[in-house]
Amino acid sequence: MKHQMIKPYGDTLNDGIVQLSFTLPVEYSEKAKKAAELYASQLNLENIVVAHASRIADNFTFFIIYASAVPMLDYTSVVSTEVKVPHMKIHQINRLIRDKLKRKIVAVGAAIGSDAHTVGIDAIMNMKGYHQDYGLERYSQFRAVNMGAQVTSEALISKALELNADAILVSQTVTQKDTHIRHFTELVELLEAENLRGRFILVAGGPKITNELAIELGYDAGFGPHTVPSMVASYLIVKILEKEGIK
Amino acid sequence: MARLRINSRQVSRMKKLATEISSDVQELISRHSSVSIERTILRLYGVDGVDEDGTPIPNLVADRVKEKEGIENGISHFFAKTMAKTGKSSQKTAEMIVGGKIDFSKLDKVPQEKVIQTETALVDTALHVLDSSRERKHEKETTYPSPKPPLRYLIVATGNIYEDRTQAESAVTSGADIIAVIRSTAQSLLDYIPHGPTTEGFGGTFATQANFRIMREALDRISEKEGRFIRLVNYASGLCMPEIAACAAYEDLDILLNDSMYGILFRDINMKRTFVDQYFSRLICARANIMINTGEDNYLTTADAIDNFYTVTTSQMINEAMAKKAGLSEELIGLGHAFEVDPEIENSFLYELAHAQLTRQLFPRSPVKYMPPTRYKSTDIFYSHTLDTLFNLASILTDQGIHLAGILTEAIHTPLMQDRHKSLSSINYVFNTAASLKDEIEFKRNGFIEKRTRQILGQAEKFLKEIQKKGLMKVISEGKFADIKRSKDSGKGLDGVFEKGPLYSNPIMDRLEQDIE
Repeated sequence: MKHQMIKPYGDTLNDGIVQLSFTLPVEYSEKAKKAAELYASQLNLENIVVAHASRIADNFTFFIIYASAVPMLDYTSVVSTEVKVPHMKIHQINRLIRDKLKRKIVAVGAAIGSDAHTVGIDAIMNMKGYHQDYGLERYSQFRAVNMGAQVTSEALISKALELNADAILVSQTVTQKDTHIRHFTELVELLEAENLRGRFILVAGGPKITNELAIELGYDAGFGPHTVPSMVASYLIVKILEKEGIK
Repeated sequence: MARLRINSRQVSRMKKLATEISSDVQELISRHSSVSIERTILRLYGVDGVDEDGTPIPNLVADRVKEKEGIENGISHFFAKTMAKTGKSSQKTAEMIVGGKIDFSKLDKVPQEKVIQTETALVDTALHVLDSSRERKHEKETTYPSPKPPLRYLIVATGNIYEDRTQAESAVTSGADIIAVIRSTAQSLLDYIPHGPTTEGFGGTFATQANFRIMREALDRISEKEGRFIRLVNYASGLCMPEIAACAAYEDLDILLNDSMYGILFRDINMKRTFVDQYFSRLICARANIMINTGEDNYLTTADAIDNFYTVTTSQMINEAMAKKAGLSEELIGLGHAFEVDPEIENSFLYELAHAQLTRQLFPRSPVKYMPPTRYKSTDIFYSHTLDTLFNLASILTDQGIHLAGILTEAIHTPLMQDRHKSLSSINYVFNTAASLKDEIEFKRNGFIEKRTRQILGQAEKFLKEIQKKGLMKVISEGKFADIKRSKDSGKGLDGVFEKGPLYSNPIMDRLEQDIE
């Protein structure tokens, strides 16, 4: 197989141009700028230009840097686990559920843990949806229950059991210092401890989520930024049919 | 300044409806108290601290009194009687109650005269706490120049109060006037105030008196260095609104997030509990000169900003009417709203201008608080930054009181130091470059913006009429606000609200109410 070597693109193929910004905990000075340049060189960057440096507080300096990245990557070696189901439209999904599954899909969703943001889960579940794409509540063949924010893992699981849910959708939007990982893990551990993991299709969502991360954490799928409800709905019907052995 | 032509008679009618709605709620408030109100009395009498398990002494005292004596008649008189008996300080007396060292059956032997004397002295102490905080703020207001609105409001949210201090200082260096310490989201459902400094909070720090003090001291130092009065904000919301207000008065906080309905709708806190608690917390704020900020922006994060903006206007009017009942002057009522129209809609900026200008004109003396876009923030930080730039323009153009800085990384993480700096550099640029634009332009008569505000006023008046007819609690139970249904006898904290007994007294509340009149 032919290799395909790539690196970042500025305005000429393989120029390797990257922009980065960061703050160093030192007072603004010529020495601070030099430090930023040296630090960038330790990141394996060349032709470093400290385009901007400004004092943003006592002993803190902010930098914007342009540089050329050195390494090249063989694109053919990249493996990614993007959610691979055909992206269908609402009426196609409803028809598929009606014709093949012959019952409604029950999905329970929540933002768990200390996260108070419902933006993510609302975008997927609420009637209105996101980006001109209706939310799961709007689907005639879905029973979608959005429990809102700051729901405990226990409450989410007990709701899923009560409604005999097919899927649990978990969202984490704004979190701090990787709290979202802990919350996501806690839910999986609880399900496993109760021997319930196999019972539900477990989906994670949020701006910091990739499908890869979600799978690593023990979820069935993960949806990141720019996900619209019909993507999640498409995934759910395909997975449920698969799980129930319906062709 | 550019002004919309709005029907002032219609506005008067709407404000009258809001007052009637609040009077109806006030009737319920006057018949109830809550465990948090009783604990607030203890806190203002000087009771503080926690036991070895971290349970606050005010909670332990209230629980013990509830168990032994019942709390229906309030805690104040009982506590004064016990203190008259022990002859010790309020703190010592509280500790003795908790330690089981008080024989409740022998308290009736204390002469009534001595009890009244003790209670009067306690109430004086409590009012002194509030009055001295007001005076200290007044002194700062006269020492430092008045900032030019919109005041730049920045949040810090590292979860470590000491790190928050560093973040706050950098924000002030870049131009912030107000620092809000984000509260750990888990706190709203705690029926006690945690104790001590927070160093590992999630989504923020706890609202504790120690955290308040640490940040106040830091901001006072920065104020002196910068020659500007930097205001401090925290949250009196959730289950302990009045207690947090009391702690805030002790530590000279300037602003508290304090909404009359937010907890009911967004935290599923029982509505009786919320209404009762918010009233006492607002009485405290009024006396200690703490501005309240209301949370109408939240309606737009769940419901559509074009279809539902009238619920913001309606809630603003109700919040204002309820705040006035608690003695808050209009200058201390920072009503909220937000820049949350879908940016992909053509002319969404015109809708935003209509909403912002309407809020400005309906509450001319209120330091109205304008919240940035959050719902349509993208993880593309460059796009998000441009969204915030237009938000900044809307703010300066409509003369907002408080401007909560939008942050380019809103959809990704709690702000980094450099994120705040970028946000402020855009704000500083736009506020300066368009400083007098509002004085140079006018709104087109019967143009898009005027028509839009008329539409909102029409919808809001209709909604206010419905609420006035049915009662606020009924309307909330029907899900008319934010599409969320809450019933009168459900929700968290219901077990902590009680009907006042025949001998109930809350002498702090009595004095605060008297002094309003």
